[in-house]
Parts: sequence; structure tokens; C-alpha cells
Amino acid sequence: MKILVYAEQQDGHLKKSAVEAVSFAKKSFESLGNINITVLLGGQVNQQAAADLGKYGANSVWMPAQSTLNAFEVHLHSAAIQQALVETEAEVLVMAHTYCGKSLAPRLSVAWDAALAAGVNGPPECAADGSWKVQRTVYSNKGIATYSVWGARRILTFTPNALKPADGASPCAVTAWNVSLDSVSARTRNLELQKVQGKIPLTEAERVISGGRGLKGPEHWHLIEDLAEACDAATACSKPVSDMHWRSHDEHVGQTGITIKPDLYIAVGISGAIQHLAGVSSSKTIVAINTDQDAPFFKVADYGVVGDAFEVLPQLTQAIRRLRKG
Amino acid sequence: MNILVCLSQVPDTTTKISFTADNKELNKAGVQFIINPYDELALTKALELNEGGGGGTVVVVHVGGADAEPVLRKALAIGADQAVRINAVPMDARQVAGEIAHYVRSASFDLVLAGRESIDYNGGLVGGMLAEYLDWPLVNVATAIEGGAGGSMVVCRDMDGGREKLEVNLPAVITCQKELTEPRIPNMRGIMAARTKPLQVLSPQGVAADMQLLEHALPPSRQACKFFEIHQMDELVEALHQQAKVL
Repeated sequence: MKILVYAEQQDGHLKKSAVEAVSFAKKSFESLGNINITVLLGGQVNQQAAADLGKYGANSVWMPAQSTLNAFEVHLHSAAIQQALVETEAEVLVMAHTYCGKSLAPRLSVAWDAALAAGVNGPPECAADGSWKVQRTVYSNKGIATYSVWGARRILTFTPNALKPADGASPCAVTAWNVSLDSVSARTRNLELQKVQGKIPLTEAERVISGGRGLKGPEHWHLIEDLAEACDAATACSKPVSDMHWRSHDEHVGQTGITIKPDLYIAVGISGAIQHLAGVSSSKTIVAINTDQDAPFFKVADYGVVGDAFEVLPQLTQAIRRLRKG
Repeated sequence: MNILVCLSQVPDTTTKISFTADNKELNKAGVQFIINPYDELALTKALELNEGGGGGTVVVVHVGGADAEPVLRKALAIGADQAVRINAVPMDARQVAGEIAHYVRSASFDLVLAGRESIDYNGGLVGGMLAEYLDWPLVNVATAIEGGAGGSMVVCRDMDGGREKLEVNLPAVITCQKELTEPRIPNMRGIMAARTKPLQVLSPQGVAADMQLLEHALPPSRQACKFFEIHQMDELVEALHQQAKVL
């Protein structure tokens, strides 16, 4: 089976989701035997980084020969992927369920006339009749739904952090690929780009430190940031905190914010309303820090500290620094 | 501008989710249904864009059964001029987008707004699919929308690792994110007016679904919380390092 993987880049660096996408494709379909994975890079990156995707299962990597795709524009990228789908004769397209993936996959599903299994939690179960059984969270993590997906062409998008990439194979060949987008033009014009500097994107983060109303005001956020820095974590917040403009809305995790599934989620001064828990409950390990021992968060947390955030956070940060030094 | 807002109804955010005995459906007993919060923002934004000058109509469209009519009436009370319900059982995003696309082609809209996702199935797919069916440009996850008079709009949107400000020509599909605006509470005059505003029911085209829902399940329950005292932070860190292996 021929598989096309779309690998995201930003500023010439492969995103974390790029390696995950290749690993996800391999893990999903290697049991079928005789698979061939071509990776289309969503822009130009370092040659060695591209070749290293072979270690995760890529058979070949196509690097755009032109710089047309270096900045993300959904209509250009969609057209490029369609061109690659035709050239590779792929039956399956795999990409990450990121902001880019969420713009591209639905367009491609219609344009390529393919069934779309979006935001799945793990590799599909491939049945003997050729259909897939996939699982994804629904009701903002309050439930899990299992679907059957079929069709001659299919698109699979996975939630970031769905699996740990495993390398093992050797680097593969990188081919310069001609993007022929003569008949296609960008349909949005970029006016301004604001990049979050020096911060780990929340959806990609393996560890997340999140603050709630218990922090009592934005001037205390350095306690959250110190802890985040000590363990290379991203920072997040609860809905009241973003509603009060203590932190910007793109840090709001929960049912009406971002849904995340990091390895470690530390909730500080967040009581654990059902809407908040919905967005974070698929985190692998949850630590709750709260003054109220009856806070609902302790019902879903793996580890808990009943205490004042202002006392607990500096101590915890120090303890992590000791471990990392040690 | 003539603006179409795609609307779905979802369980209220405080709902404790459970499923029917065969796990095929949501257990709707006692569940309060609301306008999907992101769609509500889309509706408010549509009204604001037209109030800001130029005028035009705002139509809300929903694919689903008659049980959604209270939510559509609420949208009319908030200020939509007209509601359209395409009478089909929604199965997946491609079916819903296909049905809406057919309706859009039969009318004359400058802009389609939708929520960035619905908080029940969380797909976030209908907007993008609709844009492709119509061959219109798409801007996903907008946090600000301005303009429109000159045939284009300036939109700020969230993206991976940052934000982008961009310009898009109309007609276009834009999906709406928090921060775009604040939802409106319908007033008594709006509620009275909603009773006589048109709510049109259309027959579906029979667009096929690609996916079949087999069953639902609740997330696995977690183990009991292990507590640490404030003076035991080294022990907590050790547990995160050695047992959980997340540090």
C-alpha cells in the first residue's frame, strides 16, 4: 500500500508532528506488509533532518525544490498535496491534527474524494475487509467514539502526542520535488505574523503547567513560569483566568479552549470544573495543587498536594531543579 | 453582506456525559441543549458585521431533526433574520458540509461563518469541507474579523505557535474562535420577534456519509490520587521521575 505523509515545518525546521506523522503511518500500516511511505515536506528544511525521517519509517522524502511552500497557505499546500497524491498514487494520506492539518484535511477530503478519519487517538485497527476501526475522543474528552471507515481513498489525522516516535531504521533518500502550482494561486494574503517566541507550543508540549484563579492575579504567574522552565513545560490556564485577561485566550485549556494530552499536566489553583477536566483528562499523569482538599481535581489527579500554591510552587520548582542537576 | 452562519446544537458544557444502553447514542435524558458556543460567536459576529454598516441579512442553517428548532428559535431571538433546517440525520462532517454546500449554491451569500468546532464531536471539519465544495477560500480559527465592504476581509487567526493577520477575498468561509466577540443574550423584543421570523425546512440531497459510528465509551477511570505534604516535594518529584516516568 502506498502512503503519503504530509510533514509540517516552520522556519526551515521540521515540527515535532512531522516525526510523529511518519511514525504514526508506519505503526498504523506496517502489519499489512508491503507498504511504501513517501513523505512530502511542507516546505524546505535541512537535508539531514529530512533524510533522518527514514529512521522512523519513511521510504523516501520529497523536498520542494521551490520555496513556494515555505510559508503556510492552506490553498497552496492543499494543491501541492493533491499533486503529490497523484504522483505517488497513494491510497492513504497521513497528517497531524494540528491547526495546519485541521485546515488542510477537510479541504483534501472533498477535493480528493477521500473518507476522513480526523483526530484519531491511535493507529487504526485494520480489518480483513479493508475497513478501519478508529477511535477518537468526543464531547471534549468526556467520551470516546469508535468509527468504521472505508473507501478507496482515505485520510488519517492523529492528535499530537498520540504515540512516541520510535526510530530504528536508517536514513532515506531525499528527492528534490518540483512543485508545479502554475494554475493555483494563494487565496489569502499574509499581512502580519506574530510568532510566540521562546515558548513551547501548548499542543506539542510533553509537559504543561497550568494556573487557575488560585494564583490570585497575573502578577504571580512567574511562579508558574519558573516551574515550567525548570521542567521544559508549556504554560496554560483555566477559563476564568483567560476570561479575566490575566493570560491570553490561547493558553486556555478546557472544553471551550484547547484540548491537550501531554505526558504531565500540573494544575495549580484550579478547582477542576467539569469543563476544565474535559480538556485535560487524557493527560498521562496529572498533578493537582490546591488549598481545598475537596477540590474535584483530586478525583482525577494521580498525585496531589493540598497546600497554598505560593508555598508549594517554589518548593516543587527547587525539587525539580535538584533532580535535573543530580 | 448576506451572511450564512452554520449552527449545531450541543449538550450544555456542564453536562455529565453518558450513553444509551447500546452505546450508540448520547443519553439525552435531562440534557439541556444549547447553540454550540463557537457557532454562537459566529452568529454574534455576523450581526455585528452588518450593524457596522452596509446592512444585509443573516441566515442560520442547521442540518438535523426538528428537535433542534428551539435552538434555531433562540438564534432568531438573538438577531438572525431567517433560519433554515435541512431535515437529515447528521452522520459525519462530509454529509453535513455537502448538504449545506447545496443550500449555499441555491442562495446568494457573501460570507459563511461557522464555529471552529462543535463541542460534541469536536471535528472542526465542516467549515473546511464546505469551502472546498464551494471552491471558496478558507480561514480557520479566526479571533478577529473586519472589513467586507470592499469585497475582502482582514482576519486574525490562531496558528501553530503564533498568530497570523491575513486578507481574504469574498466570498469566503471563516471559522470562529474565542476572543472574536462576546455572545449576546436575547432580549424580550428579540424573543417576541423570533416567533414570527421564517424557519424554513428543506429536504436533504441525500449526501452520503463516509464513516459509521460503531459505539461510544466513557474514558477509562483513573486510579486514586496519591497525596504529598508540602515538605515532601522531593518525594513527589521522585515519583514523577521513577514511577510515572514523565520528568
